[in-house]
Amino acid sequence: MIVEPIIEVDNLKKYYTDVKAVDGISFQVFPGELFGFLGPNGAGKTTTIKLLTGLARASDGKLRISGIDITKDPKKAQHLIGVVPDESNLYPELSGFDNLVFCASLYGMRSAESQVRAPELLKMFNLADAGHRKFGGYSKGMKRKLTIAAGIIHDPKILFLDEPTTGIDVASARQIRQLIADLHSKGITIFLTTHYIEEAERLCQRIAFIGKGKIIRVDATSDLLQPIKDDHIMAITLDRLPDGIIGKVGKEFPEYRVEPSGNDQLRILAKQPIRVSPLVGFLEAQGAQVLEAFRVRPSLEEIFVKITGLELSEMQNGNQKKAGV
Amino acid sequence: MTSWIAFLNILYKDIRTYYLKPPNISWGIIFPLAWSGMFFIRSGQGMDSIATLLPGLVALSILFGTTSMLAVTVTFEKKNASFDRLLLSPIPLELLMLAKTSGAILFGIFNALVPIIMASFIIDLSGINWFLILPAVILIAAASTFLGLFIAVSVSEVFEAQTFSNFFRFPMIFLCGLFFPIAMLPGFLQPISYALPLTYGADILHGAFGMGNSLAIGLDFLALAAFCVFLFVISLRNVYRKWIV
Repeated sequence: MIVEPIIEVDNLKKYYTDVKAVDGISFQVFPGELFGFLGPNGAGKTTTIKLLTGLARASDGKLRISGIDITKDPKKAQHLIGVVPDESNLYPELSGFDNLVFCASLYGMRSAESQVRAPELLKMFNLADAGHRKFGGYSKGMKRKLTIAAGIIHDPKILFLDEPTTGIDVASARQIRQLIADLHSKGITIFLTTHYIEEAERLCQRIAFIGKGKIIRVDATSDLLQPIKDDHIMAITLDRLPDGIIGKVGKEFPEYRVEPSGNDQLRILAKQPIRVSPLVGFLEAQGAQVLEAFRVRPSLEEIFVKITGLELSEMQNGNQKKAGV
Repeated sequence: MTSWIAFLNILYKDIRTYYLKPPNISWGIIFPLAWSGMFFIRSGQGMDSIATLLPGLVALSILFGTTSMLAVTVTFEKKNASFDRLLLSPIPLELLMLAKTSGAILFGIFNALVPIIMASFIIDLSGINWFLILPAVILIAAASTFLGLFIAVSVSEVFEAQTFSNFFRFPMIFLCGLFFPIAMLPGFLQPISYALPLTYGADILHGAFGMGNSLAIGLDFLALAAFCVFLFVISLRNVYRKWIV
């Protein structure tokens, strides 16, 4: 049986006067899938979500949500979708409960129905005790959770989550990741943008890498990881990086690939186990003091760096600036 | 039906979160009260002058009440992105904007009542034509609200909306025949008067308060209705062009 895609994007373009925000992207998302959209700040992730949800108009290309052409009939498609923006945008003067009831009404839900659904969601998101407090007084994590609850109050087929864990504390981020996994297990199709590679790796079944408005690669997470799953990676932190150390290590240990990684750190990559003792001895003989050496689990980050040529630190610095961290 | 549930809830939410807040209630009462008191006292022509001031005071109270509110209910919500939530909902844009403006229209009608109620304690209002006043007040409130909407969707900051509103509001006090006939204005200003919606509203009110109209009542209503449609349509176009980009 052929499964029809629930989101179809074909050669989608969004050009502003002098910027190609989205430049001819194409991909499909299938029902029940948790699809990750991964890219650095300014790559075109939020613009893509705006186009997919009817909050922006495409310059060119085809865009279908559950078979409906959203460029022609956005209101029809908006019945089927829930959107959680990167900034919580509920009403600070209303309580958590009233915000949910109000959001339900925007989708035509009658009061009797939303008065039952809202407490269910407050309980599900661990906000039952805060339901009658004003949204303006919530913590960032609570705000984000309520914004997700508002996004699913009308039981959408597809949920768009734009950077759901950016700018919130670790505990709340963990809770939100669990909630996303729970929602996915209930059959909701989830389109998730994130700059946290480990988040995408843990949650998403398929991932699209986007950079400068173009899709660089779309693949199943397991397929993306396949080429590196047997790799051995070690991070070594030194007190300083002696001149030409990368070349010297490469020459001494030709079976290893050596890369700089952040401040005074080297990454050693190999297809076989890395022998720590000779490596540490060599580095110290070059005048550097080894402060720390630890094994790194091969992750999507390696693939991301390989494909985009963009270091994770660059990407996260950009996003942290955006999140005001 | 689905859209009307959304419409009523947007209106109810706005009334609850904006219009029924103490600062707005006090603004809605104190401002028209202050205008009325000031004009009644300063006119210096005795009690008889109160009836002649009422049309202008009613129109002015509506104009300032309605245009002030849109900066909050629309521009502020757009600024903090909560308006995007409304744009993302399946309610048609026309109905959404009507829902966002209905609260201001009701607020304007409430504003209009303040000088009338105040005057009713001082003078006899039995001679006035309520059947003209009621539709006139509703249409003036709608036209002023849609003028406020046009301003609110043309700017991105609340303070810009307030400033831009004053650019229209204060000249309208003098140009719309509220307190002296348009015929008394210099010739080059008179065409401007007829390009402003309040001119037609004030003319209906003058007739309703027994002071005679300078234009045909039907033409006044038609012009006000045309302004409502024009301002609403151009505001929708601006929302579509500037906010769904």
